[in-house]
Amino acid sequence: MADTPTAGPTLTQGSRSVGSGAGRVTRQAIVILYLSALVVIPVALVFWNAFKDGLAPVVAALTDPVVVHALQLTLIAALWSVVLNAVFGVAVSLLLVRYEFPGKRMLNAFIDLPLSVSPVVVGLSLVIVYNVRDGILGQPLAELGIRVLFSTPGIVLATTFISMPLVVREVVPVLQEQGTDQEQAASSLGASGWVTFWRITMPGIRWGVVYGVVLCFARSIGEFGAVKIVSGNITGRTQTATLAVEQLYQNFNQAQAFTIAAVLAGAAIVIISVVAVLRVRVERNES
Amino acid sequence: MSIIVNSVTKRYGSFVALDDVSVTIPSGRLTALLGPSGGGKSTLLRVIAGLETADSGAVSIEGVEATDLPPQKRNVGFVFQHYAAFKHMSVAKNVAFGLEIRKRPKEEIKERVDELLKLVHLSQFGDRLPSQLSGGQRQRMALARALAVEPSVLLLDEPFGALDAQVRKELRLWLRRLHDEVHVTTVFVTHDQEEALEVADDIVVINQGRVEQSGTPDEIYDSPASEFVMRFLGPTTVFEGAVVRPHDLDVFSMAVREAVRAEVTDVQRVGHEVRLTASANPQGPGTSVALTRAHFRDLEVDVGDTVWLRLAPGASHMAAASTDPAIPATPSAG
Repeated sequence: MADTPTAGPTLTQGSRSVGSGAGRVTRQAIVILYLSALVVIPVALVFWNAFKDGLAPVVAALTDPVVVHALQLTLIAALWSVVLNAVFGVAVSLLLVRYEFPGKRMLNAFIDLPLSVSPVVVGLSLVIVYNVRDGILGQPLAELGIRVLFSTPGIVLATTFISMPLVVREVVPVLQEQGTDQEQAASSLGASGWVTFWRITMPGIRWGVVYGVVLCFARSIGEFGAVKIVSGNITGRTQTATLAVEQLYQNFNQAQAFTIAAVLAGAAIVIISVVAVLRVRVERNES
Repeated sequence: MSIIVNSVTKRYGSFVALDDVSVTIPSGRLTALLGPSGGGKSTLLRVIAGLETADSGAVSIEGVEATDLPPQKRNVGFVFQHYAAFKHMSVAKNVAFGLEIRKRPKEEIKERVDELLKLVHLSQFGDRLPSQLSGGQRQRMALARALAVEPSVLLLDEPFGALDAQVRKELRLWLRRLHDEVHVTTVFVTHDQEEALEVADDIVVINQGRVEQSGTPDEIYDSPASEFVMRFLGPTTVFEGAVVRPHDLDVFSMAVREAVRAEVTDVQRVGHEVRLTASANPQGPGTSVALTRAHFRDLEVDVGDTVWLRLAPGASHMAAASTDPAIPATPSAG
């Protein structure tokens, strides 16, 4: 990261060569300090705390049924959220890019809402809609025997809601870039709408979709606020990994808390690496 | 008659792209839709292909009523200005697309693709991706792809518009030769009058959503139906209240019968041609005359000298309307 810059004056970029070697080192030091204080040191300490007493506590934590259940529930919620957001994300992107309809700008603005509204507010609003007593959807669903709040469907719903914009925001620009020429060419060659979608549109946007899905997954496994409100946080039943971390930590069960935290952080690091590799591929694909 | 367009109107909001257009395009010929940008010619082509729906009017293709058919059922080949290559498929796969959709046997597809790639001189490029081809090669690939499904008509929307001048000239002559080989009814859109005059069997001139004139290149050039058509087909000038072509004026250095006396106000040499401006009336606008260099040398005149101008026998001319700003300046030849 702190590569020593190649010495020598740069003739073409005058403003850069004004900064002496010392100035450049200072600037780099500030950036590195900032990133370290905010990101690198805290994340590193999570791993250090998880592994400081060797592997035994980690293995013990990861075989604890409560921890296993929390991690499973997080994985289930994240997978549902990815599937739902991939399907609807592509559909909504197509709608936004390829069609004109009244209310399009409003829909476009609404898509970003989950990013700007606090997850706690999202959770609260879901409680209002899906509660069994007087929820506008919760009541009829309860009569059908479907329970949304304090169970897996509610957790999936909250997680999906929170990560909804990520696929759309990745796919929309790719669709715009792709244009309609190829699709029109396909239909003039005899392809139906369905065939055109699978053979022309999807291959063109696939990296955008993959990228969006990866981001969506990362966001989903980290979701806390909305899930905390809709799940009821019942240990061993509706407690996701992030909720478990908080509770275990507050109960002075630090070994387990840090183990789960390390798993979540590790997953995030893997995902970010995947994204970095994908980004290169997408850019190479576009050029 | 291959394509019959009957009273087609198409509006975008308040803008009228096609205003009650009726055109008949004969079978087996190469027809150019010629006109300025925004004049409606591309819209007409897209209505024929089914890529746009007309607000009113009807289209029939090879005797089949096509007005309400979606593009995939019209059996037209369409070639786009920007190629619309399927970027993620090889050249051969691009060409095979229409045949694969029709679930033709693999052997037959391979044979047909090979044949078409040979026809468009891309045989050794079958395994490449479109991004590895030049613009001209991509457009030839798009043409092969459109021809693969044996369309009853081939429609090309400014097919050479995105190419540089030299490639454009080569490719349009190649298109002419290709058409002589395959004889499929072909319609291409262009704003380049030289391209239309050089390549097409028939020309339909379209302006402001209406058909100005249709006919063979000679008919259109020799007897333009309107001042617009005349001005659009090449440089024009005004002489004695008539619109004429600069090369249709004879210049003399001495008085001759029926010639008008004028003073030379400007002389400009452009390559093989000399453009001379002369005006009969010092206040009025000058008349420009195009001469060969040899002719100009023989005249021995320069700025300030007096010449006599006369319209060449048989030259097309028409009364100039009051200077109509709606009529664009002479289109660029190129």
